Amino acid sequence: MPTVELHFAALPGHVRTARMIATAVSRRAGVPAGAVDEIKLAVGEACARAVRVNRRSNPEALVRVALTDAPETFTVIVSDSGAPGDEVAPGPDGGLISAPALLDLGDAAALGSAALTAPGLDGDPDADQPFPPGLGLALIEGLVDEVAVRRGTDGTGTVVEMTWHTGEPPDDSDLDSAAYAALAAEIAGSARREA
Amino acid sequence: MDLSLTTRQEGTHTVVVVGGEIDVYTAPKLREQLIDLVSAGSYHLVVDMEGVEFLDSTGLGVLVGGLKRVRAHEGSLHLVCTQERILKIFRITGLTKVFPIHSSVEEALAARD
Repeated sequence: MPTVELHFAALPGHVRTARMIATAVSRRAGVPAGAVDEIKLAVGEACARAVRVNRRSNPEALVRVALTDAPETFTVIVSDSGAPGDEVAPGPDGGLISAPALLDLGDAAALGSAALTAPGLDGDPDADQPFPPGLGLALIEGLVDEVAVRRGTDGTGTVVEMTWHTGEPPDDSDLDSAAYAALAAEIAGSARREA
Repeated sequence: MDLSLTTRQEGTHTVVVVGGEIDVYTAPKLREQLIDLVSAGSYHLVVDMEGVEFLDSTGLGVLVGGLKRVRAHEGSLHLVCTQERILKIFRITGLTKVFPIHSSVEEALAARD
């Protein structure tokens, strides 16, 4: 049950509007400031991608954004009306492969090398737009706690679903403070031994 | 907030001070500025990003494009940035390995290319 839904024409200028709405809705939902920055950027990237896809495949179609605030999560779903393969490489069966697989983001080192070897670094200097199409998805991957990229329910378009864990389970903080206390005791102990 | 751009000469380097939001909407303005500078013979650039409030992948693309342009003339492009939320974007994309990033303009100017 989305708290806010937004449909907008596929115009680059509207991406900023979507970003501002995502910022406002997440702030109102009480999401921590650091996560608000992540949501703002990731939603902007997902919407910019959707705008590019729609302009190429289906210019009249609206980009759809749904922002849902749940007790411990904040979820944003961005949907385009593109054709199969739009900025998401088709898998062996013609379906979608995930953003991590697309960008070879298996680990942090692979992420770095993916950016370094990205087309555009060594190619034509005027070809830096976009740099590369997958870069927005790479950013999303790095900013979002859980990301799913799938085909739309009607079989067309791509749905990018981004979820942030905003809740602060008391168990975690207890664990952190306990670990911190243990570490502090250990440091104090070794200091005494040295003295 | 829109993009603000000012440039000044510091010896052999040109310092480009960027403020505001670098996104899909404003990035072309930064791209034009970098192209103009390189066309005018400025091959050693320092981009001061301390006033940048927002940066997206389009902005990253423009910076990479600028780096390629100055490299074509054996030049350099150094960034000045201490804001964690902006630095994080360079880290996530692996671009910290591509751009020298400094904590002040003075440090960037003193860096050996």
